[in-house]
Amino acid sequence: MECYLDNSATTKVYPEVAKLMNKIMLEDYGNPSSVHTKGVEAEKYVTEATKRIAKALKVNEKEIIFTSGGTESDNLALIGAAMAYKRAGNHIITSKIEHPAILNTVKFLESEGFNVDYLDVDEKGVVKLDDLKAKLSQETILVSVMHTNNEVGSLQPVEEIAKIVKDYNKDIIFHVDAVQGFTKSLIYPKRLNIDLLSISGHKIHGPKGIGVLYANEKIRLKPITFGGGQQRGLRNGTLNTPGIAGIGLACEMGTKDIAGESERLYDLKGFFLQEAEKIDKVVVNGCVKDENGNYKVRETAPHIMNISVRGLRSEVMLHALEEKGVYVSAGSACASHSKKESSTLKAMGADAETMDGALRISMSEFTTREELEYVLDTLKELIPFYSRFVRK
Amino acid sequence: MFQSFLIKYAEIGIKGKNRYLFEDALVRQIKLALKKCEGSFVLSKTPGRIFLDAETDFDYDEVIERLTSVFGVWGVCPVVRLEMCEPEELAKAAVDYFKKVYPNTDKTFKVFTRRSNKGYPLDSMELNVCIGDAIIDAVPGIKVDVHNPDITLTVEVRDKIYLYSEIIPGPGGMPIGTNGKAMLLLSGGIDSPVAGWMIAKRGVKIEAVYFHAPPYTSERAKQKVIDLAKKVSKYTGPIYLHIVNFTDIQLYIYENTPHDELTIIMRRYMMRIAEAIAKESECQCLVTGESIGQVASQTTQSLVVTNEVCTLPVFRPLIAFDKEDIVAISKKIDTYETSILPFEDCCTIFVAKHPVTKPNLGIIKKHEECLKEKIDDMVNKAIDDKETIIVSED
Repeated sequence: MECYLDNSATTKVYPEVAKLMNKIMLEDYGNPSSVHTKGVEAEKYVTEATKRIAKALKVNEKEIIFTSGGTESDNLALIGAAMAYKRAGNHIITSKIEHPAILNTVKFLESEGFNVDYLDVDEKGVVKLDDLKAKLSQETILVSVMHTNNEVGSLQPVEEIAKIVKDYNKDIIFHVDAVQGFTKSLIYPKRLNIDLLSISGHKIHGPKGIGVLYANEKIRLKPITFGGGQQRGLRNGTLNTPGIAGIGLACEMGTKDIAGESERLYDLKGFFLQEAEKIDKVVVNGCVKDENGNYKVRETAPHIMNISVRGLRSEVMLHALEEKGVYVSAGSACASHSKKESSTLKAMGADAETMDGALRISMSEFTTREELEYVLDTLKELIPFYSRFVRK
Repeated sequence: MFQSFLIKYAEIGIKGKNRYLFEDALVRQIKLALKKCEGSFVLSKTPGRIFLDAETDFDYDEVIERLTSVFGVWGVCPVVRLEMCEPEELAKAAVDYFKKVYPNTDKTFKVFTRRSNKGYPLDSMELNVCIGDAIIDAVPGIKVDVHNPDITLTVEVRDKIYLYSEIIPGPGGMPIGTNGKAMLLLSGGIDSPVAGWMIAKRGVKIEAVYFHAPPYTSERAKQKVIDLAKKVSKYTGPIYLHIVNFTDIQLYIYENTPHDELTIIMRRYMMRIAEAIAKESECQCLVTGESIGQVASQTTQSLVVTNEVCTLPVFRPLIAFDKEDIVAISKKIDTYETSILPFEDCCTIFVAKHPVTKPNLGIIKKHEECLKEKIDDMVNKAIDDKETIIVSED
């Protein structure tokens, strides 16, 4: 049985999306900027995709910028806003558990003279609001906090953050990295008071190499690439028509029934965590229980689960699961040999054994209960066997 | 400007009646190397040297890169080739050559002529003078020094005329295929590819065995070893890489022997398996990247204990090398960057905090007795189930 449970790394493209892109590449391959019919045809796809995304986010079409992916969206949002507002102040706030696309971008901004503060998180992996209140200052121009944490699946209180930030100073720009959360949670930037929002195509069953930055029309941004003036000069370069059409369709398909689909995933998550916990040596990360002993999955992202097999290194479990057809990720950035990067688990105060043995299991709308049952059975078989062999 | 290459070989030159075998092997290896290059070439053997004439356009850098990777090549001279011509025209061509290769030089030079075409109007001495004069007249600042010149311009008058003065060093050694076949124990580290390269440089054909331990080592670790073999195969030609799944054996040893002896006992089984595959593949020897004292399993005492299981000779070309010398070679042969990629190899997974450094053969043998119930079957299974792939350059 093959179970792909690494959907936070990337997802399978919807067949409809692949079909649409194929047609554009082979037939309607014109440059949307061209004046002739071929260009006009191509432009229709861009217009259509823009409409679909704007509708899903409940924003205006002119607030949609297409980028090369989540990373570029984050870069454009942070650098673009910091450069545009640097006269208003030089302080930026983000959190300790952001994706490297954020952390390394603010590091760059630090080297350019900006001051950056990193918010602490609690043991559930949720940003501490008091810390935010304490760190806001007259110099603050930009706050960036992710919607859904990519390692443990904790949901950040973006609505409260937006309120605190805007109450303090309505001119502070609030950016949200929603790469993991989009299509899994209801995210409407205007209602949540989010100024900038990053989305990636390949996390939502769309193609790789395409992303979206929602930028509120009242926000000024400086471009970070220069060229032919496409997308109002904010993101230069020939439009990636197949990618744009692909993310547009994926977005429409993925947001058809977010409430229903997230309920289904929450049930699966609750089931899985409840069962996984019963396996010897397994602990659950980033999700706590209520007084009845049930995991409070609805306080977390529906699709991302993080467990640790204590005493067994994540790589060993990952490859052992792989031999059984189960694809997951090592659950903490530390475990995947990139010691420089942050680890959400570390910021949550996890001990070394928890970090070393962490596995991230991330579901998609194609994940079934049977698959999770298979994974549980596989874990029950593998853990006792491999626990016999540890470094002495 | 160059249309020909003169390929010099050193050590083969001293071989006696077998010399033609070595020369033929070198010609074969050069032809193989040139297959990867654009263009078509004609090779001709003359005593002590090989001439390579390009018949079409070719990529100069590519050809030099290839030729200087062939074991047995001592050096390659890029040659300007002229059709038969009168001495005046030849002198003019030599001046052109000089101006192009040595613009603004204040060095000393001499002209050295070999005239195998005895019908040529001037003899070698006369040609030396004629060409030398022309160069002195045309290149300001140049001086003649017939005893110890900086530059020796060689002029060979055969059916055509050849001019050369520069030599680009090759790797030396002997052509692959002249000295039997060896089985290299290839890990993902820095040392073993270098050891394989060094042995191959003596004309030995190389096969390799890699011990894979999933799930402890990943597909990426395996791919890394394939990539390393690919890098080495640039010099050695295609390599048969035998991939042996070692997990079961390793876990069995782990559970049944003292932990501080795990690595040494593991190494003994690796040698046994490597030797069995070596014999199957008709290799005459084993090659490892071991170097005295580098890790616990490479102390002299440990080496004695691992060596004891082998009946074939085990060659350890790096035995007295310091790490930095090994690194220098690995950089030269372009395996270093691949070697340092951070994937675990199967020797390090369960390594004890304090492994034995002075193992006692008697005790190790006694502890191996604890494995006798299953180990032979496991070893045979590992050998039977090995995956063999032929690794060569793309």
